[in-house]
Amino acid sequence: MENMVNIKINGMPLSVPSGSTVLEAARMAGIDIPTLCYLKGINEIGACRMCVVEVKGARSLVASCVYPVNEGMEVQTNTPKIQKSRKMTLEMLLSVHNKDCLACKRSGNCEFQTLCNEMGIEDSNRFEGAMPDASTDESTLHLVRDNSKCILCRRCVAACEAQHVAVIGPNNRGFDTHIASPFERSLNEVPCVSCGQCIVVCPTGALTERDQCDEVMAAINDPEKFVVVQTAPAIRATLGECFGMPVGSNVKGKMVAALRRLGFDKVFDTDLGADLTIVEEANELLERVKNGGPLPLITSCSPGWIKFCEYYYPELLPNVSSCKSPQQMTGAVIKTWYAQQNHIDPKNIVVVSIMPCTAKKFEVKRDDEEAAGVPDVDIALTTRELARLINMAHINFARLPDEEFDPALGISTGAAAIFGATGGVMEAALRTAAEKLEGRSLDSVDYKEVRGTQSLKEAVYHVGGMDIKVAAVSGLNNADELLKKVKNGEGGYHFIEIMCCPGGCVNGGGQPIQPASVRSFTDLIGDRSKALYEEDKNLPLRKSHENPIIKMLYKEYFETPGSHKAHEVLHTSYTPRKRY
Amino acid sequence: MQKRISNLPFKGTPEQKQKLDEIIERHREQKGAILPVLQEAQEVYGYLPVEVQGMIAEGLGVSLEEVYGVATFYSQFSLTPKGRYNISICLGTACYVKGAAAVLDKISSVLGIQPEECTPDGKFSLTACRCVGACGLAPVLTVNGDVYGRMTPDEVEQILAKYE
Repeated sequence: MENMVNIKINGMPLSVPSGSTVLEAARMAGIDIPTLCYLKGINEIGACRMCVVEVKGARSLVASCVYPVNEGMEVQTNTPKIQKSRKMTLEMLLSVHNKDCLACKRSGNCEFQTLCNEMGIEDSNRFEGAMPDASTDESTLHLVRDNSKCILCRRCVAACEAQHVAVIGPNNRGFDTHIASPFERSLNEVPCVSCGQCIVVCPTGALTERDQCDEVMAAINDPEKFVVVQTAPAIRATLGECFGMPVGSNVKGKMVAALRRLGFDKVFDTDLGADLTIVEEANELLERVKNGGPLPLITSCSPGWIKFCEYYYPELLPNVSSCKSPQQMTGAVIKTWYAQQNHIDPKNIVVVSIMPCTAKKFEVKRDDEEAAGVPDVDIALTTRELARLINMAHINFARLPDEEFDPALGISTGAAAIFGATGGVMEAALRTAAEKLEGRSLDSVDYKEVRGTQSLKEAVYHVGGMDIKVAAVSGLNNADELLKKVKNGEGGYHFIEIMCCPGGCVNGGGQPIQPASVRSFTDLIGDRSKALYEEDKNLPLRKSHENPIIKMLYKEYFETPGSHKAHEVLHTSYTPRKRY
Repeated sequence: MQKRISNLPFKGTPEQKQKLDEIIERHREQKGAILPVLQEAQEVYGYLPVEVQGMIAEGLGVSLEEVYGVATFYSQFSLTPKGRYNISICLGTACYVKGAAAVLDKISSVLGIQPEECTPDGKFSLTACRCVGACGLAPVLTVNGDVYGRMTPDEVEQILAKYE
């Protein structure tokens, strides 16, 4: 039994675990104290003063997000003094804020705007005066920073530090304080990995993905172009959130219907590319085990992780699987095999991918990702951009029927479905590798030891007369810890899965933005992941190598996994990058 | 005011590098080491360019941004080199009302540099400071140790010419 303390909140007696903050205690009493800078476990700095409350006996208002409860404490959360203070905080922030809200991407989904509404701000120009010099950074392929909308909450800084990347921070002081990179370099001149975790924690419109909706609409409306779309495994589990559906709704059918109504010529499933990745990667693992390495083999699906490795662990690049990511494999198959089959010049095909990821915008422009002599994928959109396209077309998403992917590249297995959750690629690969090693079909497909959001998941599986030691991590902080061990020759791993974003793609930097209250107080990653494991459980095929399209592709085109043709089309290469 | 960043080439010597390594080694295990290391590094190099901050970040195992955040927070740190002659013009209240701004503008235009910058030949650097405690002589400027009081813009060129 936890130690409990007795406190009073707004006169109501309450027993709460000792060690709770006043903010957490108030939530137990049904009072959601407003916050701006607070992000549980990531940014607990008590800086923004939105969450102030009165504590009996305290000299002044206290920041409830960092103030611990103690026995007999009496708290007030809604006095005129508190309301006045919170309003003043908002009015001061407004005095240096770019209030072009009607034209802001985050309008309607902005925590600052919501608070101004909730607190009844009547004059957004109550304090007028000098404005700070606010810079914008449009140097990268994945992100736009507009500091005129920044409220200096430092949530992005904390998210970047949590990823062990730490390329942004508060520079200068006082009125000149602004979030930027060292020596005011633009983001493309520092070792940013493009993960976009800063965007999904930003409460305002200061950080947004580089919007490519217009490019997609232009392609769709170009009669010369054959425009194909593919959607990553994690999109179906999150897109519904953009249309008011509960977290964890699987909207695969409606998503396909919406894409068809947007005018794409074909709607394909990146899950097929995921199945293909597994067959190639499992083969690579077996080859390396047979030929003595280099081991551990490390997965290559996550472009943020790849960029991290290139910057921070270039000596481990030989360990990274040469397999292209599912996005790139799907694009490559479309522009080679599918183009040949359908007598379409790959130059006239535009492949658009819908990704949970901002680093995918970087990945499509990487070298050695051009199987048909043209980029495998032309435009990578985030989940949020797809929602924007659907809204612009005024498609009533909730009322759409459920439709199926186009069959040519639209059948996939449960193994591919779980790619979007941390440990999923590992589990999918094991389902295929174990059968190859055993040389027979296995009944068991569940490798539950690698599921979940623990910092490090390890397991040893006895297959084909040998022990295979595996590890799965997500979040680059966890990857960093594991890679230090690997670099020192420790661990004895055969196979490692690394996902850049904490929890994997379901929590990617391109996913729908949920406010801090949801990120701090619900299991966002777990709820989204559940939708994918459900899909896996209910699919007739759960092993990648049993996918009939995959079988056909090898029979007609690639011959065998790891063949010369497969290497030409489905594999890529990496280069060390200089940090500064 | 935001800190100015030097774009002059870095001219650190192996001796300076060795001193910096020793400083980092001495503070490596200490919590909050960035501040004292920056202070001592500035004594060695005279300023804190990206090359020096990069070595500090690497040496202490922290991010360059963390080092830069501290270096730009405190006014004691400079990101631009000092010249052989550092001109420090007082912009404190007394000097300011007595016309220090016009003197500063004149120096800027003669040397072609702004406060917190250094001439490309490394001869002069310019600093705007707050009150040197000689308000009776306002407006005041100093060149290294020499004090010049009751300055007017017309006297600037004549004073600068004294320094070779």
